[in-house]
Amino acid sequence: MADTSALYQEILLDHNRRPRNYGPLVGATCVERGVNPLCGDELTLWLRMDGDIITEAQFEGSGCAISRASASMMTGAVKGKTRAEAEVLVERFRGLVTGHGGAEELAESMGGLRVFAGVARLPQRVKCAVLAWHTLHSALAGGEKP
Amino acid sequence: MSALVLRGAFPLLAANPSLVYLDSAATSQKPALVLDAMRDFYESDYANPHRGAYALSARATARYANARATVARFFGAGDEECVIFTRGTTESLNIVAGAWGRANVGPGDEIVVTGAEHHANFVPWQQLALERGATFTISPLAADGRADVAALVRLVSARTKVVAFNHVSNVLGAINPVPEIAAIAHGVGAIAVCDGAQGAPHMTVGFDSLGADFYAASAHKMLGPMGTGVLIGKREILEAMPPYQTGGDMIAFVGDVTTTWNVLPHKHEAGTPNVAGAVGLAAACDYLSSLGMDAVAEHERALVRLAYDRIAGIEGVRVHGPRGDERSGVLSFTVADIHPHDLATLLDERGICIRAGHHCAQPLMRRLGVAATARASFYVYNDEEDVDALVAGIESAKKVFVGA
Repeated sequence: MADTSALYQEILLDHNRRPRNYGPLVGATCVERGVNPLCGDELTLWLRMDGDIITEAQFEGSGCAISRASASMMTGAVKGKTRAEAEVLVERFRGLVTGHGGAEELAESMGGLRVFAGVARLPQRVKCAVLAWHTLHSALAGGEKP
Repeated sequence: MSALVLRGAFPLLAANPSLVYLDSAATSQKPALVLDAMRDFYESDYANPHRGAYALSARATARYANARATVARFFGAGDEECVIFTRGTTESLNIVAGAWGRANVGPGDEIVVTGAEHHANFVPWQQLALERGATFTISPLAADGRADVAALVRLVSARTKVVAFNHVSNVLGAINPVPEIAAIAHGVGAIAVCDGAQGAPHMTVGFDSLGADFYAASAHKMLGPMGTGVLIGKREILEAMPPYQTGGDMIAFVGDVTTTWNVLPHKHEAGTPNVAGAVGLAAACDYLSSLGMDAVAEHERALVRLAYDRIAGIEGVRVHGPRGDERSGVLSFTVADIHPHDLATLLDERGICIRAGHHCAQPLMRRLGVAATARASFYVYNDEEDVDALVAGIESAKKVFVGA
């Protein structure tokens, strides 16, 4: 029986109710689709790249509060980041939600994203939390043109 | 309302007195009696059956044969040689699609399934149709999730070779009229294949008067062990169809060029069988028979009726499928603004086990117009307190999410 009170905090619920950066991105330079076949969560991620920098990131999709809030916060967190900086964030987030790689220190540097540290106690929900981040990773690795 | 069987009979439930287990449609907990029977086989009579010339092997063979006889009795199959032990419902249905289907379905033929099938009674037929150039038709559902019998009558034709359908929907708990559907299939010369995974644990099957040509079930959903199931078929069909797998135990004579098959049931059971699994299933059948399947069905009906009334009464909750008094012990529902996975996590925090997701029935989810549902399912060890806990858990999850 996991203690989920630390996870379903207002910040996560707020991002679930009112996801930021939601809907198709006009002028996107790449688009990537992510699915979680086990639970049926799906999302589409649009990025606008200016050279090496992510200038805009938006998403759309259906899923649980964890996957929606994660996508909402991820799109906010990577705006203005370079590819390499975004990839570092992907790795840190993965470490945070799987409880690996000094999650506590990582959480300190991740602002609002630290709410997802609670996922580390719910192994069956890790997939929900990382869906948007895996999709970002695929997009940066060479997503399709829109 | 108390449980039909006290939790003390189930070691896991006895060891976890506050656990609210509402996922028996996924798998049931095990009574000590089933575990004891399997252990006793390993400790007293264990050897490879059908092979050894020694007494111990003969005892193992007898245990296996006795298990088959018990299971045949439970399923109402007078001809016990027509009870094939398998790994479970999925394998049973793959045997029918893979062996009978490949031999009997060709280009231009039609396979009909309902829109409420578990993937195990959907994908094998879909793939067979693709492989054989046959038409794959999904028959419509009535509003309550049962097969639309009137639509099915109009839909089938002389081209239809198979009508595959569930006894009870694993999502909705809707109970199909098996004899009626089987008669429609037989009317056009098709076979009727019934997925009984959610039927056999909860009601009398009566295979010989059911009408279905094949009936598949899993031991683990009916108090027995995982990795064991049955395929029950009509003798003439089981004899005429080729084996699904070949190898040891299933042969009569292996020549350099050709091989002849063993008699039923061995022809369809290649390799060393899962005797402990069969022994465990037989013990589960005896246990359920001692409770009485009518009592089991009535207990579940009473619980699900209670749960239906109380859960459907919660604001923002939508219960899918038939009314409370017309279903097996399965209740699928969605709560407005709470994704089923989040609900399941919040309920887990209170020690309540429910299932959330598409329940291996994505075609049905599309027809219901939802991505996922929450599902609570009841069995002999559940009682009114479990329903109370579920209702309180849903109310509490609503407070977290909606702040209501």
